[in-house]
Amino acid sequence: MTRKNRTPLIIIGILFTLALLVVVPIDRGVLGQKGVRLGLDLQGGIHLVYEADLSQIEPGDESGIIDGVIDVLANRINPLGVTEPVIQKLGENRIAVELPGLSITDKEKERLSSTAILEFGELAADDEEAKWENELGRWKPAAAEIDGKETVLSSALFRENTYVSQDNFGRIQLVFEWNKEGSKLSEVITTRLLNQRLGIFEGDDTLRSENDNRPIAPVVNNVITDSGVITGLSIDEALTLSKQLNAGRIPVPLTVVYEQTVSPILGADFVDMSFKAGLIGLILVMVFMMIYYRIPGALASGALMFYAVSVLAIFKLIPVTLTLAGIGGFVLSIGMAVDANVLIFERMKEELRLGRPLASAIETGFSRAWPAIRDSNITTFIVCGILYWLGSSIIASAPVMGFAATLAIGVAISMFSAVVVTRTFLRTFAGTRLAQRSSLFRVYSGKEND
Amino acid sequence: MTDIVGKRFWFFVASGIIILFSIISLASFGLKPGIELSSGSMLTVSFEQTVVKSDLKEELASAGYPGALVQQTGEGGFLIRTEELSGGDKTALEDTLQDRFGAVTESEFYSVSPMVASETARNAGIAIGVAAVGILLYITWAFRRMPNPFRYGTCALIALGHDTLVALGVFAVLGGMFGWEINLMFITGILAVVGYSVNNTVVVFDRIRENLSREVSADFKTVVNNSLAETLSRSLNTSLTTLFVILAMLLFVGASIQNFAVVMLIGVIAGTFSSVCIAPNLLVVWEEGKWSNLFKRNPQPAAEAKES
Repeated sequence: MTRKNRTPLIIIGILFTLALLVVVPIDRGVLGQKGVRLGLDLQGGIHLVYEADLSQIEPGDESGIIDGVIDVLANRINPLGVTEPVIQKLGENRIAVELPGLSITDKEKERLSSTAILEFGELAADDEEAKWENELGRWKPAAAEIDGKETVLSSALFRENTYVSQDNFGRIQLVFEWNKEGSKLSEVITTRLLNQRLGIFEGDDTLRSENDNRPIAPVVNNVITDSGVITGLSIDEALTLSKQLNAGRIPVPLTVVYEQTVSPILGADFVDMSFKAGLIGLILVMVFMMIYYRIPGALASGALMFYAVSVLAIFKLIPVTLTLAGIGGFVLSIGMAVDANVLIFERMKEELRLGRPLASAIETGFSRAWPAIRDSNITTFIVCGILYWLGSSIIASAPVMGFAATLAIGVAISMFSAVVVTRTFLRTFAGTRLAQRSSLFRVYSGKEND
Repeated sequence: MTDIVGKRFWFFVASGIIILFSIISLASFGLKPGIELSSGSMLTVSFEQTVVKSDLKEELASAGYPGALVQQTGEGGFLIRTEELSGGDKTALEDTLQDRFGAVTESEFYSVSPMVASETARNAGIAIGVAAVGILLYITWAFRRMPNPFRYGTCALIALGHDTLVALGVFAVLGGMFGWEINLMFITGILAVVGYSVNNTVVVFDRIRENLSREVSADFKTVVNNSLAETLSRSLNTSLTTLFVILAMLLFVGASIQNFAVVMLIGVIAGTFSSVCIAPNLLVVWEEGKWSNLFKRNPQPAAEAKES
């Protein structure tokens, strides 16, 4: 080993060790929970994009309304216990919600964005249109005219101070207070429905009792003006519901324009499979390089390992959120990473054939191959840039952006690994006695044309 | 010695046949856009009981989804594609299926509204267009010291169009026969092919540039052919290593990444062919100013190449 090569070799060794330490956590495997951050498609979870209907809002107020909706959504999501929820505004009237790792029922999902979580209903006459149906009959929304406006009785008129308590019999009850409009409306409606049932519904579903699964539809015993209670819910459901009712009112209707829900089990399989694919791809490439290029191939394989570990370390440090497409980009970049090496080795062989000594063939090979490496990789960067733009301009951005990021990082590191790591390895090898055996470089393979 | 320029007639013919095949399959099968590009919902469910696909289709039809596409994804697993379902529609559908077939587990639900889909499709189109223009400009710039830099850019772009067309043609057939769809993974794959194929072409052009600056006396054809011969093993080796990893992805990751992997597989093979056999040969034809001879057999170049 010449003195000249010692420093770069040591630096490469330190970098490799550091990268390895970053990548391999003590507790979990390379791609575990403590490993690289995984996207929704790999760890499961929910990605929703809502579009707010702002047609009833006065011009100029839109932005404030959306910010308010985001606050309410955040308050409703908090009780669900998601570790890293993302709630953000997209463009003028859209809101993206990402809930990684979460799995909830459709009803809970609907509750997040509904303007009125609970609605009250009365039995519909035979000739009337019903909104709900259950074993107690057909129901229509309980509504009356207040201040000249037909209004439906719903939790949108609750004060944000609901709480859960127990009644004298130890039953769980959700206690609520009506706001000003609510109390007027409740007075009119409960007067009309005295001794009749008042149904309670959530979205399309009937609210049901925990014990006997019967609809919660109490008979109105007296006129209700200020406050009321809902009994029959389980403690957990009552608590969540109360928190979400207190989260505030969503003032505009939200529609789901994009939804992706992935079960966490499915994602775990993908991670294992793509890790296996990457490893097998890596081994195939290394075997091929060693068979075809002999010693330089073996050195390039070493550089390739350096490459794979550093890229994973960078993914983890930035951190890059790995999606299935992103892993695809990484696996692909393993195959492409050797390209710079191949370019250099082919050049080196040409120089050796011309009769240059090994050390100078290495240097000439590198300097001749460099323009091609540089120019050709720029095209990949251009494409990555365009993909990144595409990803940032569309809603289903994760696969596209993930791929662009991993491929760009991969190509950048592959250039470094070929130009610095492989070169240092080769220079070091050129200083050893083994280097005298030219068969190890397979110079005369293929066509003997010169 | 390897004679690629001399045999250009045959390469153009081969390429012409492949492109013709692609156009015919595109015309007869068309492309099937996935829900990201055309809106709709995709529901992946599994049943505990054994469920027959035709029964499932029947049940879906009677539940009001006669147009639903059903694909078996594994043991007891099915992918159901319908028009866009709202949260309530989906719950109702799952209840219906549960009543008929027993316990249903939903493993994936994906839903895209028509507006979001059309935005995605439009921006994907723009991205592909921008990529093409960007690459044309970049290559023209990178070869700005050459006499006709624009020709290099254009030839690279034609090779690229060739690769994309082949991938589209194969997907039209796969769509017609197995219901494969054009989704975002496909678009990502196409753009990756764009980068990959141009990457190869640039390496070849780069060698032509270098050799032209050294071998002043030799004629253009010979220089191009020498450059191709010199870069051939690099082109093939790099494609091979890339194919290895793509095959590993196809075999081990399977269905969820298959669109991407298959586009890349076709793209890498077509891209290697086009950057070795099409782009440089087009450049030769253009530089010699013989567009009218593109498909004419010219015995002279072959003879010359043999001498060298």
